Amino acid sequence: MQLTINGEPREIDANPDMPLLWVLRDELKMTGTKFGCGVASCGACTVHINGEATRSCQALIGDLEGATVTTIEAIDTPAARAIQTAWVELQVPQCGYCQSGQIMSASALLTETPKPTDDDIDAAMEGNLCRCATYARIRRAIHRAAEIMEA
Amino acid sequence: MLHYLDAKRPAPQPTRRTFLKLSAGALGGLLIGAVIPQKGLADTASGALATPFVHITPDNRVIVLSKHLDKGQGTATGLATLVAEELDAAADQVEVEFAPSNPELYKNFLFGLQGTGGSTAMANSFDQYRQAGAVVRAMIVAAAASEWGVPTGDITITNGVVSGGGNLATLGELSALAAAQEPPAEVTLKSPEDWVYIGKGFPRVELPMKTRGSVGLFGMDAQPEGGLVAVTARPPRFGATLASVDATAALALDGVEAVLEIPQGVVVVATNTWTAMQGREALVLDWVAGSGETRGTDALLDEFRAALDAPGLPSHPRGDASAKLAQAAQVIEAEYVFPYLAHAPMEPLDMTVLYDGQSATFWGGSQIQTLDHGTAAAVLGLDFPQITINTRWGGGSFGRRATPDGHLAAETAMIGKAWLDAGNAARPIKLVYSREDDIRGGYYRPMAVHRVRAGLDAEGNISGWEHRIVSQSIFTGTSFESFVVQDGVDHSTVEGISDTTYAIPDMHVDVHHPKVGVPTLWWRSVGHTHTAYVMETMMDELAVAAGRDPVEFRLAHLAEDARLAGVLHLAAEKAGPTGPEGTHRGIAVHKSFNSYVAEIADVRIRDDGTVKVEKVTCGVDCGVPINPDNINAQIEGGLGYGLSAILREEITMVDGEVAQWNYPDYTPLRIADMPEVEVHIVRSDAAPTGIGEPGTPPIGPAVANAVFRATGTRVRELPFTRHGLA
Repeated sequence: MQLTINGEPREIDANPDMPLLWVLRDELKMTGTKFGCGVASCGACTVHINGEATRSCQALIGDLEGATVTTIEAIDTPAARAIQTAWVELQVPQCGYCQSGQIMSASALLTETPKPTDDDIDAAMEGNLCRCATYARIRRAIHRAAEIMEA
Repeated sequence: MLHYLDAKRPAPQPTRRTFLKLSAGALGGLLIGAVIPQKGLADTASGALATPFVHITPDNRVIVLSKHLDKGQGTATGLATLVAEELDAAADQVEVEFAPSNPELYKNFLFGLQGTGGSTAMANSFDQYRQAGAVVRAMIVAAAASEWGVPTGDITITNGVVSGGGNLATLGELSALAAAQEPPAEVTLKSPEDWVYIGKGFPRVELPMKTRGSVGLFGMDAQPEGGLVAVTARPPRFGATLASVDATAALALDGVEAVLEIPQGVVVVATNTWTAMQGREALVLDWVAGSGETRGTDALLDEFRAALDAPGLPSHPRGDASAKLAQAAQVIEAEYVFPYLAHAPMEPLDMTVLYDGQSATFWGGSQIQTLDHGTAAAVLGLDFPQITINTRWGGGSFGRRATPDGHLAAETAMIGKAWLDAGNAARPIKLVYSREDDIRGGYYRPMAVHRVRAGLDAEGNISGWEHRIVSQSIFTGTSFESFVVQDGVDHSTVEGISDTTYAIPDMHVDVHHPKVGVPTLWWRSVGHTHTAYVMETMMDELAVAAGRDPVEFRLAHLAEDARLAGVLHLAAEKAGPTGPEGTHRGIAVHKSFNSYVAEIADVRIRDDGTVKVEKVTCGVDCGVPINPDNINAQIEGGLGYGLSAILREEITMVDGEVAQWNYPDYTPLRIADMPEVEVHIVRSDAAPTGIGEPGTPPIGPAVANAVFRATGTRVRELPFTRHGLA
């Protein structure tokens, strides 16, 4: 398979049924994208495929011919930069394991909806679990990132 | 967990030989000997000043060696704060690494071995890490004085800059000279009024990494060169035994390197995680019929309830509760049921081993390094020094990574040994739990059933209290048993009840500890997860029955506990008379891990009858607040974790098989259900106490009490999903 990962063209030689998550982590040794549940229920493995927040544990590499994939290691959109700044400013992460996925989902939300309401945030972030329950700070940090982007 | 320990009792013994010389009586003392660098420890080759707890490098980094695992609770930053405070380092030059496994140097004074838990890290390290910072500061000052020819009294350090006699230098510029100085025989710590970080703030040291993917940070991210991945097929019921396995199909898969039998199950080793999981799917396994624990949770509940009718083992009985209840003006009787709970940290369990027959190296989020180390030594037949434990950041734990039986280290070591014994060349192997392995793998918060009879006298005060609990003992049979189990009673089952500070002079608490083949473990705040729920919902019922205000009723019974009364006052004052429009209010206050937390929940009932907690106002007294923002974060997260459990979490079993598989059916809190949280901290100068766990116990009863206000329903069987409330 040929696809673009973080701006670089990559030739992947793997079983076409292998999920992108494991191609990233085990084949390409890119450990920023995390394994949490394997069934698209926790969002820890969220990446952007062709700009859309997607659970990489359910995206089979054989279906991604020609796709453009961006992971937490390289995301550099204005929304992502604002999110990462707000995440540090409001000291969001605790254990941090889910935060790659949270940041990828929040970045996609802000790109699409620069001034999200609380309902927008609930809808966009509902699929991202955080057992440390940093949710109150995630919500505040998304609002803060929207301010940063506007400024 | 593990907060019962006092140093007068014997330290728990590791599982193998005498590799530890545990010294008793080390509780909390200023052990300057433990932090002073020995001669020759300074790294003259690199020019770094290297002490066991702090390194200063020539490139001006201050590296704090954390003896505690940080799995999200902020301990690493807490320790960095203490060192930076006494060293007068700049916040942005401080980093944290995890200390090697070495119980002589890095033991938790409260456990007698190297380990993290029971919300003890700051309580245990407050003096030690400040002192470690003061020692390196003194050596930097001595180096500067010697280099510049000025008296040490003229040297100052501010925000990482050393000055004196018109000279300026960074800490790094003086590190090599400092390493050559005699360590001080004693140091004087700063007075609290001179603190620049403690009580004010210190940014979390690892957040830049954790917002950029935490690349390589966690145990799951360990990928030593040439590494393989292992997954284990474990029994369908706890304790069931394997009859036969056919691995033909698994071994035929491209990338499966081996199928190994170990006591824990059948292991598939492959070149990557996905293939290992595919290989496990392809195993044909036959388990011995009827082996292992075959009772389901319904049958267990029937047995637990039946046990309520017989007297149990007493825990600190006092007065004559039975007589007082016979004379009471009103008696309230209630039964409660609490389910098994999984910890389900976001990072599933994992550990990596490289074993070559002579030595072994481990990578992972080890939470009790000494027990993991000792367990691995026992399994591999190695001596303690032949094993290296590389502690990684933990992706959550909530108790799960601290196992008294070291089962994860044992299984990992078994895999390393079986791999080598099968004639393979040594390679790193990472054991990975899937989420299903985690949810179905046991080590749960034990199921518990309570029956309470509480009486009010004619004045509306509590007159007598009888309380029986049926729950498995967590500590019996572990290396911590002697600390926690006395006269057959596991204190973790009754904590928060038989040691309540409410004025209840006539109280009889007793327990049954049934034997069940389901492994149990401490779960964020341990017994308080159920005991606080019972105490604080009962207090609410009693207040209602007495026709008294729930805050006033509690305060009237807290004359002997000014700190608990203090946080309740604080939270009540800050919450104001009413919550947001359309909400109902519930209150709870509880002490755990020597910290005091009141939570006032404002709860709305949605149109579909489910509960939405809109706002929680908290009062917290955890002694000296080292990092106030981290205290806020831990209270937010702790109550979120507790709310998650009471709303929707339960592990059930059918004929011994766990019914839940993954997050779709073991359902943690999501963002839409997280309340707004407001935390108010008592500005205390008492010794610092726990903060990772104490936010969890009060939220359940606070919300349940609000639900009663809203609906008239007393929720006594958890979770709320059983009542259509979630």
